[in-house]
Amino acid sequence: MNLILFIFIVLLGFTSYYFGRKKAYTIQSTNKRLTALPQFYGYYLAIWCAIPAFIIFSLWAIFEPTIVKLLILSDYSNQGYLDDELNLIYEKTKALSRGQFTGEITPFIEASAEKYLSLRSIAQSSKAVIVLSIIIASVAYAYKKISSNSRTREPVEKFLKVVLFTASLAAILTTVGIVFSLIFQTIDFFKVIPLFDFVFGTHWYPAKAFVRDSSEALDPTMYSDTFGAVPIFAGTFFIAFIAMCVAIPIGLMSGIYLAEYASVKVRQYAKPLIEILAGIPTVVYGFFAALTVGPFLKEIGNSMGLDVSAESALAAGGVMGIMIIPFISSLSDDVITSVPQSLRDGSYAMGATKSETIKKVIFPAALPGIVGSILLGVSRAIGETMIVVMASGLAANLTLNPLESTSTITAQIVVILIGDQAFGDPKTQAAFALGMSLFLVTLCLNIVALRVVKKYREKYE
Amino acid sequence: MNKNKEQLLNKRYKAEKRFRLYGQSAIFMALLFLTIFIFKIFSTGYSAFQKTWLIVPVTFDAELMMLEQNPSKEDLKDADYYDIALKSMADLDPNANEDQENELKRMVSYFFEREIKRELLNDPSLIGKTKDVYLTASDDLDQVFKGNYPRDLPEDQRRVTDYQLKIFDQLVELGKVESKFNLSFFTYPDSREAELAGIASSFMGSIFSILVCLMIAFPVAVLAAIYLEEFAPKNRFTDFIEVNINNLAAVPSIVFGLLGLGILLAVFQLPRSTPLVGGITLSLMTLPTIIIACRASLKAVPPSIREAALAMGASKMQTTMHHTVPLSMPGTLSGTIIGLAQALGETAPLILIGMVAFVNTIPGSPLDPAASLPVQIYIWAESAERGFVEKVSACIMVLLGFLIIMNLFAQIIRHKFEKKWS
Repeated sequence: MNLILFIFIVLLGFTSYYFGRKKAYTIQSTNKRLTALPQFYGYYLAIWCAIPAFIIFSLWAIFEPTIVKLLILSDYSNQGYLDDELNLIYEKTKALSRGQFTGEITPFIEASAEKYLSLRSIAQSSKAVIVLSIIIASVAYAYKKISSNSRTREPVEKFLKVVLFTASLAAILTTVGIVFSLIFQTIDFFKVIPLFDFVFGTHWYPAKAFVRDSSEALDPTMYSDTFGAVPIFAGTFFIAFIAMCVAIPIGLMSGIYLAEYASVKVRQYAKPLIEILAGIPTVVYGFFAALTVGPFLKEIGNSMGLDVSAESALAAGGVMGIMIIPFISSLSDDVITSVPQSLRDGSYAMGATKSETIKKVIFPAALPGIVGSILLGVSRAIGETMIVVMASGLAANLTLNPLESTSTITAQIVVILIGDQAFGDPKTQAAFALGMSLFLVTLCLNIVALRVVKKYREKYE
Repeated sequence: MNKNKEQLLNKRYKAEKRFRLYGQSAIFMALLFLTIFIFKIFSTGYSAFQKTWLIVPVTFDAELMMLEQNPSKEDLKDADYYDIALKSMADLDPNANEDQENELKRMVSYFFEREIKRELLNDPSLIGKTKDVYLTASDDLDQVFKGNYPRDLPEDQRRVTDYQLKIFDQLVELGKVESKFNLSFFTYPDSREAELAGIASSFMGSIFSILVCLMIAFPVAVLAAIYLEEFAPKNRFTDFIEVNINNLAAVPSIVFGLLGLGILLAVFQLPRSTPLVGGITLSLMTLPTIIIACRASLKAVPPSIREAALAMGASKMQTTMHHTVPLSMPGTLSGTIIGLAQALGETAPLILIGMVAFVNTIPGSPLDPAASLPVQIYIWAESAERGFVEKVSACIMVLLGFLIIMNLFAQIIRHKFEKKWS
């Protein structure tokens, strides 16, 4: 129904474009000068068609559900139901009218469902009538208004500019969306669990929070030893640390070699090949870590008499390090190549070898950029999910032994939220609180890193 | 003194060589990882493209199928195939007792009934006759035939019994076991049984998500990039938008999953587990990538083009829409394809919005529940059955194949159509 209406409106838009242009041609044929190209007259009419349609559609989307709900619930108004019960009745009505209702159907609800359906169909048809009549009226008004000396290009361009501007707000809206989706759940979570317990507690057993009778009131004391995030934070930074131990030396040295030593041919082939590593989906790395690297490390460890978990932090961190190599190598490559040649020439003129020049002159000059690239790598490592979910453990151990399994923020979010979630449950809220801390940490790292890199670029440009 | 100098010089040259060696070995290591990685995936995955069939003689006994004389097409469809299917499996060993007959039945997939039915529907004249029918072998026997199964384990530690192996070996000797290209891997939806599991459902899920993502992200990103690059005044607000875009490009993907869960599912009440929600979530992720690519290619259009258009009396909007934007399209498109390739490989946000549900039907629209290729990899990798290991690798090969094709396409667009300004 909505689709048909939409298609109809689009067709109307095209028709009004055609009529607008036609009127412009008619004006032209009477030897009057137009103030804009004929198609602008068409666009002008089409906009007069689009804007009212958009406004009515959005108003309808906002108000229709509320009004229908009010009308349905007015049948129940003087029977002494509580608000929650009324909401439940409304949900049941909606489910029944969609045919998705499971459970006992009472005659009341059945009557409401029928009323709901008829109200919906009335709403739909009245929407169609209202939209179409208003559009036709507004287009007709605009059609009468345009004449040879009326301005059409300026309003059309202004409209386009508004559209462009609105699109550019999408980035801000996304950020706002992220913050909003996280913040409410997080606040609710901290109403039950004190912030102090979350940040400094050392026991993380969210599964315990699930063993709760939902009819009982929330008793904060029962969560006292459940949501201590220290093991999670420690595990996250530990695995990120292992990853950086692999990624920094290999990534940095490859970046230096590619920028300073490699011949054009080697560079031409090696650089894209290394960058393939960045294009491989993380779930593939996770499978690789869980299937190959984990058991391999376990075997090596066993042959040396060490007790290695098959889901060790080392396996997850090591594979994550491989994933981050290309980020560090290509960013540091860029940074090093943008160090001015004069610095190199100066150093060579003093008799320094190539490696001495790199170590003593180029590296210090490029250091801010390199630090920026490493910070971006760390932020990637902290936010990486699939490798940890598949290759590292899910139990939150507080350990610094790379051969044991640990868990991370991202892995815990997935563990908690996989399957069905009950909003309003402290366990679900805990995942959002973890997400909030992840967002804040990576945000800080990104801002610092981007600023450092930007400052550095300005210095040499 | 001189000797000392020479020693020092030697030392410096050695340090130089060493440093160079470190660089070479770093590159070597990175490439080695890549090679091991690709090799491992291919060596475990290639066998999934073959499927083992048992060739079993089936007697289409009209009585057992409860068929009347001269059955119509409808009768054939409704006939009972279970008994003849069971009987033909049991006939593989005439001396089998009841337990052994059960084991015989489990040598093929539970689709055996359907496979026999299809044979008869194709050729109704078979009634009363006997014909060799290809039946899908169970995933364990499939692995035995491919040589991936540890046959020397004690019997109670493996799912294939000695009896099944004995019969299977007899069949192999008689040439009644055949390996053919595994078409069902591409045409079947997901299944709990490894031998019947295919990627069709997750593939369609991926396609729908990517299409939704493209339809939302591309127009919004291009419009935003045009505004920021061509029209935006230099002020605090523009800076703020820019900082936002750069940050969004580096926000961990799982946070977008939380956004999808907390806003799209909880507030807007969109249907769970569907490619529609997945696509919207992915589009928010790819938005910054496309905006950045589009801005870069708008920036690369030389100012002389704009000046020429303006000098001819075009308005600023006309200059942009008629000249700058078309010229920037190759760069924008290749950036879009790269962004979509990233979105195609994304897993974590889709898990959070419920696209991990077990789906054994092929979705027909973005509003049907579905998985996606990377999520399918995750689901299969988490299941314990041996038969799924090669399936995971094969699924990875398909996914990597798509990513390579998309990236090549992006490269081609960039090199073929982008104008070089010099």
